Amino acid sequence: MTLRDYAIRYGFIVLLVGLIAYFAIAADGFVSPQSAVFIFQSVAITGVLALGVTATLVVGGFDLSIGSVATSAMMAASYAMVVLEQNAIVAVIACLVIGVVVGLINGWLIVYMRVPDLLATLGMMFLLLGLQRIPTEGRSIATGMTMPDGSVANGKFSEAFLALGRHRIDFFIPSLIPVSVVVLIVLAVLIWFFLEYTRFGRMMYAVGSNERAAELAGAPVKAYKIWAYVISGVFASIGGILLAARLGRGDIASGNNLLLDAVAAALIGYAVLGAAKPNAFGTAVGAVFVGVLLQGLTMMNAPYYTQDFVKGAVLVVALVFTFALSGRGKR
Amino acid sequence: MGADAVFRVEGLRKYFGQNEVLGGISLDLYAGEVTVLMGANGAGKSTLVKIISGVYTHGGGTMRLAGRAFDPQTPAEAIRAGVVTVHQNINDGVVADLDVATNLTLDRLSGKGASLLFKPANVRTEARAVADRMGLAIDLGARVADLSLADRQMVAIARAMAHQPKVLILDEPTSSLSSAEADRLFSLIDRLRGHGVAILYISHRMSDIRRLADRIVSMRDGVISGVFDKKPLDYEGAVNAMLGRKIHLDRIVARNSARAVFTAEGLQLSQGSKPISMTLGAGEVVAITGLVGVGKTALAEALFGVRRPLAGTMHLDGKPYAPRSAREAIAAGAFLVAKDRADSGIVGGFNIERNISLPFLKRMSGLSVIRRRAERAAARRQIDELGIVCRSEKDELSALSGGNQQKVMVARWMSQPSRLFILDEPFQGVDISARRDIAAKLRASADGRATLIFVTELDEALETADRILVMSEQTIVGEHRNADIDLDRLLAQVAGGPLQGAA
Repeated sequence: MTLRDYAIRYGFIVLLVGLIAYFAIAADGFVSPQSAVFIFQSVAITGVLALGVTATLVVGGFDLSIGSVATSAMMAASYAMVVLEQNAIVAVIACLVIGVVVGLINGWLIVYMRVPDLLATLGMMFLLLGLQRIPTEGRSIATGMTMPDGSVANGKFSEAFLALGRHRIDFFIPSLIPVSVVVLIVLAVLIWFFLEYTRFGRMMYAVGSNERAAELAGAPVKAYKIWAYVISGVFASIGGILLAARLGRGDIASGNNLLLDAVAAALIGYAVLGAAKPNAFGTAVGAVFVGVLLQGLTMMNAPYYTQDFVKGAVLVVALVFTFALSGRGKR
Repeated sequence: MGADAVFRVEGLRKYFGQNEVLGGISLDLYAGEVTVLMGANGAGKSTLVKIISGVYTHGGGTMRLAGRAFDPQTPAEAIRAGVVTVHQNINDGVVADLDVATNLTLDRLSGKGASLLFKPANVRTEARAVADRMGLAIDLGARVADLSLADRQMVAIARAMAHQPKVLILDEPTSSLSSAEADRLFSLIDRLRGHGVAILYISHRMSDIRRLADRIVSMRDGVISGVFDKKPLDYEGAVNAMLGRKIHLDRIVARNSARAVFTAEGLQLSQGSKPISMTLGAGEVVAITGLVGVGKTALAEALFGVRRPLAGTMHLDGKPYAPRSAREAIAAGAFLVAKDRADSGIVGGFNIERNISLPFLKRMSGLSVIRRRAERAAARRQIDELGIVCRSEKDELSALSGGNQQKVMVARWMSQPSRLFILDEPFQGVDISARRDIAAKLRASADGRATLIFVTELDEALETADRILVMSEQTIVGEHRNADIDLDRLLAQVAGGPLQGAA
């Protein structure tokens, strides 16, 4: 391997390690179990979304609706518990159903209605942004809120549901790891195994690389594409559940950055280990990378508005790694 | 023809890197004549056309137009000088979102002397004049996107004629037209011929050629292999010159098959074409040959379930066989090595091993998890079997030569036993040694299954097959056992001549 090959392969990992080393020296208390957990917690939701969108990237598509699927799921969970006074299980099921249905509609639009993926999911994004506000006429959902018809919503978030966002599991240190981080890790391992080791994952990569070849090799290409959007929708709705559990209310103003951060993590993932293709491991590393960066900057008292700029810059550098250095963009 | 040629090409050469693609082409075009240019894929037709129309620069030789030197550096220069080309892809010649009138006058919107403002009334009058001259009966206000392919083609040609060219080049203009639509095009071409335009008409369709040609020029491997201008024109000679007939170094011993594996009855590929019936026996290799565009790929796709035939039934191993998708065909034991490996075969991001296992992942998985050891073993076995030159089964396909890439495609479908093995143009872009390897492997492994290959080049059929079927106009017009073959009769069938008692 030449130096260039090494740069492509390990460049981003080296960058991540270097970044951690820099913050360790520059920011007090950066290297501690608590700090590490905090980083993971801060990226848990975007990480879950990013893993979902990775599935659509694998089949050569894209899903812009993940952010609004997550916030719609959050609003649905809040509505189910606060207004309809249902329990946690009903709320979770309602969210997952939203994810599946949106995924199916996205897939149907793209595969059967031949709407280009970016446009179909962009349309879905706007649709959901509006739809999630209709039941409450644009108000956030919290216990004791006044409904449009004048009644007061008396339901509240169930403890079991809130635990998803707030409970911490003992791990050497008591109450160390939040449930949301466990969810992230479990989903990351699942999707990684699915994409790398099962025949379905392999076929999804084939569909993304050469659709006609995959079809002539006997793959039901349309079904694979639709499944990818369903996976993306379900993951986004799980992200929404975690968001609702963390906030404890249905906040219409939250979740603005979800789409951007998730897409950034997935695209940064292209550069990890020189994969030059969407992959679950890369996405997870990408998400952690963004988390480390933001945590470090925060601890060094960088103003909040510089964070988006830094994220954007990192994304651009990652894309250069992927396309220019490895020369794959040309083919 | 006693008259001097309007357009004269002499000793034209072209190199792409080390490869000589045109080896000294000389060609004359006469006013008021249709010269047909024939040539198989890769013969250099498109390169020649691109040089004449100013897309490529040549690497030697001269061109003269009406006695003056002609050496266009850009397409626009060629058009200004009076050499206009209508390319094969119809939509390159028209702007779909504009109306017919604007399309007809499009070239006047830019360039010197064009007025700054767009005057719809002027455009209409000019367009009307162009349309009348061409005898074009199309609503000038219609959007081009709403027109049929034939009408678009007419508009593209009329637009080209608005330049009043001396030489008009038509590159496979009927390849996407129905026969009724083609008739309209032919009367337009007759009209242009009457106007004294020298026309170079590139086509594979024998019916077009019989209808239009005043002269035929055949090309093969970058040189002119025959010029035919004595009436009546020698169509078979032209086809022969284009496909060539080399000395066969390794003639094969044709085998007969006793047991039928696959039968098709009354298979109809397109509206109005004659139905196809055939029987393929166990252990035999059958080649279907014919010119480009006679429906070979359509037939291959119909047998593989990718395209639905209009009528007819098929049986595989005595059982009814009517696949509705590639998936069903594969499950029934029919495999297809598709034509154009880059478009429809190779998965770019995958290495050799993953490309080979692609259709058979289910058979190589336990609980849907791929057994990587089985996958690697299959890949290594196939690399050995076909003699694929590579470092290991982890090589990316882009690192392989064309011949080795094609071997991987064949290896993919030979990694599991099949009942009906179909290969569409398996020797396309493959060097001679890889071609021999693949053909030998096909024959050696043919026992028990039916093997069907689709090839345009006659040599490839003669080198590989036990039996040769000839296709023309979407149907099978001849059958030959590959032993003491009557090549003249076979060529006549390829050329679509009057059939003398052929099946």
